[in-house]
Amino acid sequence: MDKKNEISDTTLIWSVLESIPDPEIPVLTIVDLGIVRNVAISVSGIPEITITATYTGCPAMDYIAASVRMELAASGFTGVKIINSISPAWTTDWMSEEGKKKLKEYGIAPPNTKQQVCDQSLFAEGEAVQCPQCSSYNTYRISEFGSTACKALYQCNDCKEPFDYFKCH
Amino acid sequence: MNKDKIDFVLSLADSSLILAQRNGEWCGHGPVLEQDIAITNITLDLIGQARCLYQYAADHINQSADQPVNPATEDSLAFLRTEREFKNCLLAEQSNGDWGQTILRQFFFSTYQYFLYQQLKDKGTDTTLSAIAEKSLKEITYHVRWSSEWVIRLGDGTEESKRRMEAGIENLWPYTGELFAPADYEEEMAIDFKTIKTKWAEKINSVLTEATLTHPDGGIFMHTGGKTGTHTEQLGYILAEMQYMQRAFPGCEW
Repeated sequence: MDKKNEISDTTLIWSVLESIPDPEIPVLTIVDLGIVRNVAISVSGIPEITITATYTGCPAMDYIAASVRMELAASGFTGVKIINSISPAWTTDWMSEEGKKKLKEYGIAPPNTKQQVCDQSLFAEGEAVQCPQCSSYNTYRISEFGSTACKALYQCNDCKEPFDYFKCH
Repeated sequence: MNKDKIDFVLSLADSSLILAQRNGEWCGHGPVLEQDIAITNITLDLIGQARCLYQYAADHINQSADQPVNPATEDSLAFLRTEREFKNCLLAEQSNGDWGQTILRQFFFSTYQYFLYQQLKDKGTDTTLSAIAEKSLKEITYHVRWSSEWVIRLGDGTEESKRRMEAGIENLWPYTGELFAPADYEEEMAIDFKTIKTKWAEKINSVLTEATLTHPDGGIFMHTGGKTGTHTEQLGYILAEMQYMQRAFPGCEW
């Protein structure tokens, strides 16, 4: 495969990956979430996709790997190699701005940027998380753990709506 | 990787898996919905850590001199080893008791895991183990904070909650000594258990003090043996339930 094709193949693969939704938060793609870390074409012409789990116990990883294979096969890429990477550890800093916007529209408060948060002291004030419904910052944390490993439960004191917060990690 | 290293990785994995299996018993039975979700989230993190470690151990078992006839996998290591082969610390297998005892067990274990994994992360001679430790630490940090807050809330809570916490400490304290007593295979791992013990004790003391609780002094008898396969009666029951399906229907998938 010549250099030019290789580059356009990589671009094509990225665009396919950008269309694959995350199984747990389907409003985001696996690229938005920062799960896809790298796309490369090996010397022998095999596409190599590096993915990383958000949390070690993320039950969706096998499903995501299968989706990547299927979608790429549909676009003519077969024999794809999937590399599971654990280092560097996934962080919400890798979430795209587009992803954060989509999350909010979906009703999940997007993660704050790292610098503001991660106060490890006990009974620390919950982060100032903006309500995705009414945009108020007058919210409180119900629980640090939510419906999936990556979310916490919050409620808005103004509009009273409970909501998920995609926690800073 | 030599046998000692494989045993060490297996012992880390076993402690996470067995504690996860214990915590999982709370699923659907938590005192309130949010905390039921919290303890099962922690369970999921522990299973995730165990999976990473078992996969790593399996790779090395399959490359080792005495490689098994059937290649080891994360599943075979979890579901097809016997009680004597499990190397989890005794603390992890102790029964849930009430919510207070479950919280205490998590607090003692996560705090230990936090300082142990710090060393694994920083050692850097084994990049895979460092990477697993680094990723796990982000999760363990939540576990330490969550369990610390509950210890304080219940210890400094009502008369009844305090009484239960005191009973929980009495039940579990004799299983904490083993955490810092290196097994044979740990001697080679260049882990400074003394420092871990000091830091662990500092954290435990500061949280227990805030919770208006105390722990037994130094003279108490400490149980050991879990890390080398001599377990309390608890583990057999855990494995019987956890491994039943694969024992009754070998290779079954769904």
